[in-house]
Amino acid sequence: MNRTGRMVFFLISVAGFFAIYLWALRGLSPFGHYPGPYGDVLNKVAVYERHATDVVTAVNFDYRGFDTLGEEFILFISVIGATLLLRRQKSETEDGDQEDESPNRTAPAPSDATRALTLALIGPMVLFGLYIVCHGQLTPGGGFQGGVILATAPLLVYLAGDFESFKKITSHTLVEAAEAAGAGGYLLIGFIGMILGTFYLRNVFALGKTGEVNSSGTIAAISIATGLEVAAGFVLLLYGFLEQTLEIRLGGGKGGGKK
Amino acid sequence: MSGTYLVPLPVVVPLSVAAILAGLNKFFPRRLADIFAMAATFATGAISLELAFLSRVQPIVYWFGGWTPRAGVALGISFAIDPIGASFAALVSLLVLAALIFSLRYFDSVGTLYHVLMLVFLGAMCGFCLTGDLFNLFVFFELMSASAFALCGYKIEEPESLQGSLNFAITNTVGAFLVLTGIALLYGRTGALNMAQIGRSLGTHADGLVITAFVFIMSGFFIKAAVFPFHFWLADAHAVAPTPVCVLFSGVMVELGLYAVIRVYWAIIDGPFASHRPDLRALLLVVGTITALLGGIMCFGQRHIKRLLAFSTVSHMGLMVIGFALLKPEALAGLALYVVGHGLVKGALFIIAGILLHRLGTVDELELHGRAKDMPISSTIFLIAGLGLAGLPPFGTFLGESQVEHSAGALGFGWVSIVFFIAALLTAGAVFRVWAHVYRGWGDVRGAEKSGSKKIHDKRETRKGQPRPFEMHFAAGVLVALAIAVGLIPGLKHEAKTAALLMQDRAAYQARVLDHAWVPVAQANEPHESEMASLARSTAAAVLAFAFGIFAVSRFWPKKSVVSRPVDVLISILRKPHSGHVGDYVAFLTFGVAAFGIVLAVLIVR
Amino acid sequence: MMHFMSFFPYAIAAWLFVMGLYGIVTSRNFVHLIICLAVLQSSTYVVLLSIGYRWGGVPPVFAGPPVGTPAVDPIVQALMLTDIVVEATVVALLLALAVQLHKHTQKLNPDELEALEG
Repeated sequence: MNRTGRMVFFLISVAGFFAIYLWALRGLSPFGHYPGPYGDVLNKVAVYERHATDVVTAVNFDYRGFDTLGEEFILFISVIGATLLLRRQKSETEDGDQEDESPNRTAPAPSDATRALTLALIGPMVLFGLYIVCHGQLTPGGGFQGGVILATAPLLVYLAGDFESFKKITSHTLVEAAEAAGAGGYLLIGFIGMILGTFYLRNVFALGKTGEVNSSGTIAAISIATGLEVAAGFVLLLYGFLEQTLEIRLGGGKGGGKK
Repeated sequence: MSGTYLVPLPVVVPLSVAAILAGLNKFFPRRLADIFAMAATFATGAISLELAFLSRVQPIVYWFGGWTPRAGVALGISFAIDPIGASFAALVSLLVLAALIFSLRYFDSVGTLYHVLMLVFLGAMCGFCLTGDLFNLFVFFELMSASAFALCGYKIEEPESLQGSLNFAITNTVGAFLVLTGIALLYGRTGALNMAQIGRSLGTHADGLVITAFVFIMSGFFIKAAVFPFHFWLADAHAVAPTPVCVLFSGVMVELGLYAVIRVYWAIIDGPFASHRPDLRALLLVVGTITALLGGIMCFGQRHIKRLLAFSTVSHMGLMVIGFALLKPEALAGLALYVVGHGLVKGALFIIAGILLHRLGTVDELELHGRAKDMPISSTIFLIAGLGLAGLPPFGTFLGESQVEHSAGALGFGWVSIVFFIAALLTAGAVFRVWAHVYRGWGDVRGAEKSGSKKIHDKRETRKGQPRPFEMHFAAGVLVALAIAVGLIPGLKHEAKTAALLMQDRAAYQARVLDHAWVPVAQANEPHESEMASLARSTAAAVLAFAFGIFAVSRFWPKKSVVSRPVDVLISILRKPHSGHVGDYVAFLTFGVAAFGIVLAVLIVR
Repeated sequence: MMHFMSFFPYAIAAWLFVMGLYGIVTSRNFVHLIICLAVLQSSTYVVLLSIGYRWGGVPPVFAGPPVGTPAVDPIVQALMLTDIVVEATVVALLLALAVQLHKHTQKLNPDELEALEG
């Protein structure tokens, strides 16, 4: 279809779509009046049952922990998929060193201010990420949020230096193994429940005292496994994309990755 | 309860092995990865089959984390296993195993990444079949989709592959968000995510929210199921995906989209819709018929064998939607049997196409003309699989088809048989035409280049090797043999009907899941035995499809005459929307959702 | 009948979905299209969170306020976390496909890709 035809066809259809969507939304309870039982029941019981003050994390890693297992694997498989899709092809490895397309220009090195700031931030960033991961059961946070923060630490190294430095601190094999270990760790913790005779993903660790970091049983453990997996996954993603699209900034400037 | 410990395994086993393979990626030799993957798949299939048997006696309800419901409020996620769901999981495992056997020696695997993707794909589909929680269904749907996108774009050297995968990924992701919106709407009304609980809380009145939520969920899953007008992505994806992946897409992945609609309808929506069944039936019969006929016509006009088979899948999905549309247990039983038979036969057909690609480097029908005359085994399997596609007794497809047609006749929709016949004629006829062209060298293909679809260039996906690889032929042969065997199992029709009744019994489902009640499984009355009439009819249909295919390669096929001119015009009009442009696809998608919504709203609210 | 202000957040969700669809259908660049897909998804965030909101409710974290204080719904927030992860990963996959497509064909405009017609 040509553009105009498609646009007209679409505009008529989407008007109908918008209409039925609005019609459906009118059937909801008014904004600000949440009616349903599920959330209220969990708000009441989660703290007592699991000694976790953050109910969202308790829901994520305990009540609906199986969903989060699936979600973690979605991240896992998407990273694997992206790695697969961005892989070195046969034609690329045979080309060898690319011709330097602009021999008299080098990419500017990062400024001193950038380097100072980013290098200074790496330590606090890692610490903050670990803090968020470990305190998921107490305050908003948990494996996913903390994992993403942890994954920005190598990115800061890249910003301060170049792709070579990024590659130096992230060993591809190790990060791949870490990602699989995180995913496998989640599965394993679920198995512990089965081995002990109850259901898969049952919270069987000691629950500890509410309000302390060492509480809520498997929730904390799963949070850490998830943090590991998310951090490793995002580092792998960064690795794949950076390798593809950015020029490698060395002293003499080497054009690479693009044709 | 016996077998309880088996329940999470069909999901957890493939995912665990995938994690291990991914972690030790660099250290795993190819052979070992193959063995691990096949062992995990075999174990998953065996466990699923065992669960199917156990759930015949009493459907199994399993609460993850031990969170059993309190006062009718479900706190955790449940798996609610019934024979139909578990049998589909077993079918999925079988097809994944066939795909892995196909790729055993020659498929170009990148480290262990291919195996990881296949295993996660398997685990996701099994979870999809077994779950009893609506959001869990969505999560497994997304997991299934993510692995499918990556597997589809596997051949990154070909730009068509990337475009096909992008079309596939974008349309299916819009579908997934439609499903999520529908789930959010239902959650807003009932405050629950467990299917049984939503069903109980939804009441019996179908108002705007319920109708639209169902339309969104149904449309989102129909995108995956490649039903008109959401089917455009399927041919693009199949043309470019590697063969073992096509086996899975056409064999089980699209059928699972329909399975989800059926599950959601019978567990949740039938409450409010019980008095509106004739309206839904009318809409879905129309949609199914259009899909079946459109798929058949497009199928016949293709020259790329994988695209041809993809359109035949679209056509057969239309037939399956008709089976669901009747909303009767006998039709649902027939549909389940048809899914099994079709999956096995379609898988075998794709594997044969893969053998052609491996040996001759192309799957273009015109290019392959006469070049496969010295492949007798493939030729035989291809021919038999084509007969299975046409619904020849005793294939599983015939078993399912006869049940659906009988149910349709009982409801007064006798014309359904004609639709089945035309679809078989077109799709199986196309397969037979390919057989005649490629394996026999009949017919004259000069001049055919100018009309018809464009040529798509294929690259090899396997290393050059033995021209008659045992593994590939073995996989295809076993699938076809099983397709015949399924039709011969005694008492299978009765089992299927009992299972269908079970799936449709909303009250019992809710009692078992939420109240931990033991509700006896109602046995079906004896299903209608295939009369000589339907046996004769289906045999005649298959023979006629064969004749049609051969006629298409003979010199009597009208090429330039007056008769074929308007047909050509019709076909080119139908081809226009299949443009490969994702904007067109999403425009049609929007049209489909809006049309479904407005039609249902008008029918129900008046 | 809902008061307009009670309905407005829901309407925003519908509008975002429609905008995302419009962007996808009329897009001339695959990267732009993928971001429109992300916009479409953000409509699901809005609808989920709007459903779970409660006037005067505290966040469902009881480290400070005692259990029993009216709080907003934690379930939709958990669902949203899953949703965000799904979006991020699907966008990553799609962008990887787009990067490879550009590398091979130097084109990113859906209008210009004609390999899969018919």
